[in-house]
Amino acid sequence: MDLRFTPEEVAFRDEVRAFIRENLPADIRERMRLGYRPRKEDTVAWMRILHKKGWACPNWPVEYGGTGWSPVQRMIFIEENQAAPAPELLSFNITMLGPVLIQFGTEEQKRRFLPRLPTVEDWWCQGFSEPGAGSDLASLRTRAERHGDHYIVNGSKIWTSTAHMADWIFLLVRTNPNAAKRQEGISFLLLPIKQPGITIRPIVSIDGAHHLNEVFFDNVKVPVDMRVGEENRGWDVAKYLLGNERTGIARLGKSRERMAAAKSMARMVKANGRPLIEDDDFRRRVAQLEVDMKALQITQYRVVSAYAKQRDGRPDPLSSVLKVKGTELLQGTSELAMDVGGPLAMPHWSQELAELANEPDELLEGSEQSTGEYLMLRAASIYGGTNEIQKNILTKAVLRL
Amino acid sequence: MDFELSDEQRLLKDSVDRLMADRYSFEARKTYLKAENGWSAELWQQYAELGLLGLPFAEEHGGFGGGPVEVMLVMEAFGRALALEPYLATVVLAGTAIRTAGSADQQAELLPAIAEGRLKLAFAHGERQARYDLTDVMTTAKRGGKGWVLDGAKTVVFHGDTADKFVVSARTAGAQDAAEGITLFLVDAHADGVARRGYMLRDETRAAELSLTNVPVGEDAVLGEVGKGLATVQAVVEAGIAAMGAEAVGAMEAMHAMTLDYSRTREQFGRPIGQNQVVQHRLADMLMSMEQGRSMAMLASISLTERDAAERARSIAMAKVGYGQAARFVSQQAIQLHGGIGMTEEYAVGHYFRRCMVIEHTFGDTAYHLARLAAQVA
Repeated sequence: MDLRFTPEEVAFRDEVRAFIRENLPADIRERMRLGYRPRKEDTVAWMRILHKKGWACPNWPVEYGGTGWSPVQRMIFIEENQAAPAPELLSFNITMLGPVLIQFGTEEQKRRFLPRLPTVEDWWCQGFSEPGAGSDLASLRTRAERHGDHYIVNGSKIWTSTAHMADWIFLLVRTNPNAAKRQEGISFLLLPIKQPGITIRPIVSIDGAHHLNEVFFDNVKVPVDMRVGEENRGWDVAKYLLGNERTGIARLGKSRERMAAAKSMARMVKANGRPLIEDDDFRRRVAQLEVDMKALQITQYRVVSAYAKQRDGRPDPLSSVLKVKGTELLQGTSELAMDVGGPLAMPHWSQELAELANEPDELLEGSEQSTGEYLMLRAASIYGGTNEIQKNILTKAVLRL
Repeated sequence: MDFELSDEQRLLKDSVDRLMADRYSFEARKTYLKAENGWSAELWQQYAELGLLGLPFAEEHGGFGGGPVEVMLVMEAFGRALALEPYLATVVLAGTAIRTAGSADQQAELLPAIAEGRLKLAFAHGERQARYDLTDVMTTAKRGGKGWVLDGAKTVVFHGDTADKFVVSARTAGAQDAAEGITLFLVDAHADGVARRGYMLRDETRAAELSLTNVPVGEDAVLGEVGKGLATVQAVVEAGIAAMGAEAVGAMEAMHAMTLDYSRTREQFGRPIGQNQVVQHRLADMLMSMEQGRSMAMLASISLTERDAAERARSIAMAKVGYGQAARFVSQQAIQLHGGIGMTEEYAVGHYFRRCMVIEHTFGDTAYHLARLAAQVA
């Protein structure tokens, strides 16, 4: 039993770290270091650099362009990329749709879509949640009626992040409203998002930014060959997709990055005549979060290395522990980084700041972005299965109550 | 990174688990408690026969040559069973002192005797004024007679009431809280001037207050280098924190299983209480906490072999905070979900609760270690 990385794993981590250091474009690095979220062009540029290196879709089978890394190596890569901080792999393309097409797609679907995913020639988004179907996803009502060789889609989706910058959307629709079980009447469709009949309405979230959207479908035609998997068996596809998303679920690299930002800013501000970083209460909060981070890191190693050993493809129910504890840590570290700013945590002044400043002011920008991260990360315990749903999963799968 | 047990480790785990399952039911434990020592002399011999009492010692000393992971497996089983025997005191604490600081002669004399179950020791370091400060030692040792003369008092000495010998820390130089000037001595429990008062801790394990009045010891009683005892004390404390972490994991497992079982069988309002989501989620919270605590207990055990002292101390402190908080949460919720029955002396859950409370208050509590970590934030 050994918690340390093997020499090979250390060498791999160093290789990843060095590659990111040498290849992440300086302007992207600088914006992300100040806490800005990557712009669309940042993610695309970084994905293409990773693709050239062969690292854009590490979780895919080797024959489809995957790296053949062990789960431990994948975990190291994801953490290093998050902590750099570099734009994260576009999850819609890489962790969601790619594996789904490989598992359920027709040859034609694979040939047409797969090669364009790692280079983000198509930016995909996810059409699952609906106004009436959040945690209870199977109650979705968006209809797709079969008319010969195509479906007619009517309904709406909500919380669709990046729909406004996407080219395509993968969609869960109800194809049989009369199925005995709600899960049995659902299908999984692919369609271009910029077409007549589709309206995208922005939803501004509490951080004041536009990540989320509502998407309306009004008699949208979708060819039958754009269905993934069998008709009315889309729930299996969705379950596969959601279960596939687990290795990076703790997002430890992101928490590490927020902690580093908090400490860095705490050296620039004063409390009671001394740098905040020397304040006892601040240090106590840091120490507690670092303990929690250490525990989560080891728990993640345990889950990932158990996964590496069994490989029956089923997600370990303990990955729900990673989701809950990981998002608590994201929220804890982002809360700390926001608090460091003090009064500077309050202004929402991107525009004014850009006009006033000749050069970036790390504290002003860092404070504003930290508040933005704090606000947006309240969603971390809601998306991807709320933390309450994760506890339901643990109740059923582990406690068997 | 590797979380697999070796074949030998698995064998060890199986045999300890089986012994405790066979011989250490909660009912059997009640009879052991009633023995004069407050624990089972018969089980102590069984541990000796299984090789547990020499587990961390070298083979030349009648030991098993095991490392921290082996000790961890045993302590987990002891934690599940709430074992009462002086294993931590003798094998882990005093054993670590002798292993790390003892001369070849001392090791050859003492370690085989421990391994065979003939010798019980206790680690007498803490003093009442010191709280958790390891350097605060008022007990003195002055040159005199054929070697040294010890004077002072030690508090909450685990299993000090039945120990044959003590590992005693005393100040041979320096101010009351100086890091330098602490020396360890081996003191016979029946030596002149040694007095002890035994009592029970809240978890029903035994301890003693020890007083030393003009206790003469020979030069050969010095354990390690004169004045350099603090490093050994720290090694003992680190080994103790790791071992107790595993014990806490065992206790958490038992409490969680017990509470889960109770939630399936206890009916209120016409259905098992485990059908209520509020109870289910609390049990899920306990599970998550326990798994995080287990991760930290593993960290403590594995860190014992870390050579960098600062890195090792940091990991141990993190682990103590992590498993201490987990054990506190799990044990408090275990009582809460049991309701009234959890408050009773006859039911096991309250005993686990109290063992966890004692563990948390040994060798620095959560606040103490968190403050140490906070001081190092960079």
